[in-house]
Amino acid sequence: MPLLIVENLSTSFHTRNGVVRAVQDVSFQLERGETLGIVGESGSGKSVTCYSIMGLVPQPPGRIEGGRALFGDVDLLACSHRQLNRIRGRRISMIFQDAMTSLNPFLRIGEQLIEPLMIHENIARAAAMDRALAMLNEAGIPEAEHRLKMYPHEFSGGMRQRVMIAMALITKPDILIADEPTTALDVTVQAQILELIRKMQNELGMAVILVSHDLGVVSGFCNRVMVMYAGRVMESAQIDDLFYDTKHPYTRGLQKSIPALQMKGEELHTIPGQPPDPHRLPPGCPFAPRCGHAVEYCAKEEIRLLEVAPNHRTSCLRVQKENLPV
Amino acid sequence: MSSAEKFLEIHNVKTHFPVEKGFLFRRRLGAVKAVDGVTLTLRQGEILGLVGESGCGKSTLGRTILQLIRPTEGTVSLEGQSLTALRGASLRRARSAFQTVFQDPYASLNPRMTVFDALAEAMRAHVRVPRQELPGRIAALLQKVGLSPQAQRRYPHEFSGGQRQRIAIARALAVEPKLLVADEPVSALDVSIQAQIINLLARLCREMGLTLLFISHDLSVVKHIADRIAVMYLGRIVEIGPAADVIEKPLHPYTKALISAVPIPDPRREAKRARILLPGDPPSPLNPPGGCPFHPRCLYAIERCAQVVPVLEPFGQTERQASCIRMREINAE
Repeated sequence: MPLLIVENLSTSFHTRNGVVRAVQDVSFQLERGETLGIVGESGSGKSVTCYSIMGLVPQPPGRIEGGRALFGDVDLLACSHRQLNRIRGRRISMIFQDAMTSLNPFLRIGEQLIEPLMIHENIARAAAMDRALAMLNEAGIPEAEHRLKMYPHEFSGGMRQRVMIAMALITKPDILIADEPTTALDVTVQAQILELIRKMQNELGMAVILVSHDLGVVSGFCNRVMVMYAGRVMESAQIDDLFYDTKHPYTRGLQKSIPALQMKGEELHTIPGQPPDPHRLPPGCPFAPRCGHAVEYCAKEEIRLLEVAPNHRTSCLRVQKENLPV
Repeated sequence: MSSAEKFLEIHNVKTHFPVEKGFLFRRRLGAVKAVDGVTLTLRQGEILGLVGESGCGKSTLGRTILQLIRPTEGTVSLEGQSLTALRGASLRRARSAFQTVFQDPYASLNPRMTVFDALAEAMRAHVRVPRQELPGRIAALLQKVGLSPQAQRRYPHEFSGGQRQRIAIARALAVEPKLLVADEPVSALDVSIQAQIINLLARLCREMGLTLLFISHDLSVVKHIADRIAVMYLGRIVEIGPAADVIEKPLHPYTKALISAVPIPDPRREAKRARILLPGDPPSPLNPPGGCPFHPRCLYAIERCAQVVPVLEPFGQTERQASCIRMREINAE
């Protein structure tokens, strides 16, 4: 049985300028130990999907319009705050892009590291500090004992992200949600952090959801990928299938527009136009106005994510109906 | 060498920022050596990609070339004219030859000026343009960067990030510069929009014969646009050469590590390739290590690396250079 089942999740924000449908009808499952990538550009709804599951969407203006997120027999979208607080930070942890703003600048690192343990486990302070020390060592922080007494500003960006990871994993969660964990970091440090998450995943056997705008990061790290655009899932597949048997024109466009090192310095393929205004999503497929394959019905018919090959889902109407090669 | 060969000459430029403590009795603690001895020549019409990680001094070098920051030492000359020697009005006049595009198009455009006002201001700052000719010229400029002439009456907030970057490029081109310094011009944009802006810059350079210094932290972006690539680490250029050579056969250990850390959007290749995982963080430019600045993180470092400061030396027949005392040893074939 999957560890986490998300079904038809829809989240919207009610603003003065109208309703923004940030996430619409998103469904996915996460197996134990698996790594799922959620890829999309800014405003595609990838972060809101995770925030909704974690109960972190501010309401109002946000509103969970529908759907379920089953973790065991608990629906994370409908359960009480008490129930959610027993799961969050213990069985499901999250790390964010900017480690500086996620850490409390007034508290020593040690105090922050033991907080999840003090809340979730019946443990003495000294024992918790020992666990924190061990965790910092695991996370590859040199002179960990000394570092426990330091403040966040005394750490470099990469080191802060290591602290965040140590804090998220100190309760040995079943799921780690990483929202753009390396976007603010330099590439050489990004490689270190991804390696650390992979190592910890192998040790703890946890599942990871990696949210990223970078198909490159995802292709080296995830088993399965979900591509989002304008709040909808466009395609979801095993990593190899997504790249070598692509079933959505948006995924294809994204792959081709990335400047990759191994390509010749030729003119880059571009996706014409821009992502739609979230206040005024076009009818039908949201990608249709920019899609080279779009036909009349693409701008009219409601899209749905359907399985078109084993474990391979797409919401492209033309692929579903005509098996269009993209 | 002809003047086209030595279009922009940067000679031994050092830009240091003093670090002081105290308010009334200031004590000098030291200096951040953001740029520490860079010598570089750009040909006319060339696109040079300047890459490096945060804090390596690439933006400071860009600003020093633009004379937005004056160098502590060294000279910058454009077409034989020394920019570092210019002051006041003469510097202002010279500025029409070199313009810039910044990273964040949300911060670099005045929200209270329409596109017309922003472009007209730039144009009239340097050239005498009769008022009645302005709308026509600005419309032509907007078309050049892929915007409709109707855009002139609108304000920056009405545009998306990619469109704003087009406006910023149009503003830089309004005075018909010869040199453009673009500092991370696509880093704030989404991938599908990045490609549009990279193609636009490449096309404009080709059509207008512009010389472009393209500063970026992203090697794959630079590879797509640059003729040559220079790699910076802690205020110095550690490697420079034709773009394809630097990417495919990097000479310097730092370039090797940097390239191996760039994720490849192709799972099969990504699974197969060997990664060089660098230990530690880049050191602080306030307190750089002695000898080769890269030696504490270098996989090839020997004792001598901590003592000798390496200089850029040519490698092979091509115009490749790298600063590593073991360059020939580790790249022997």
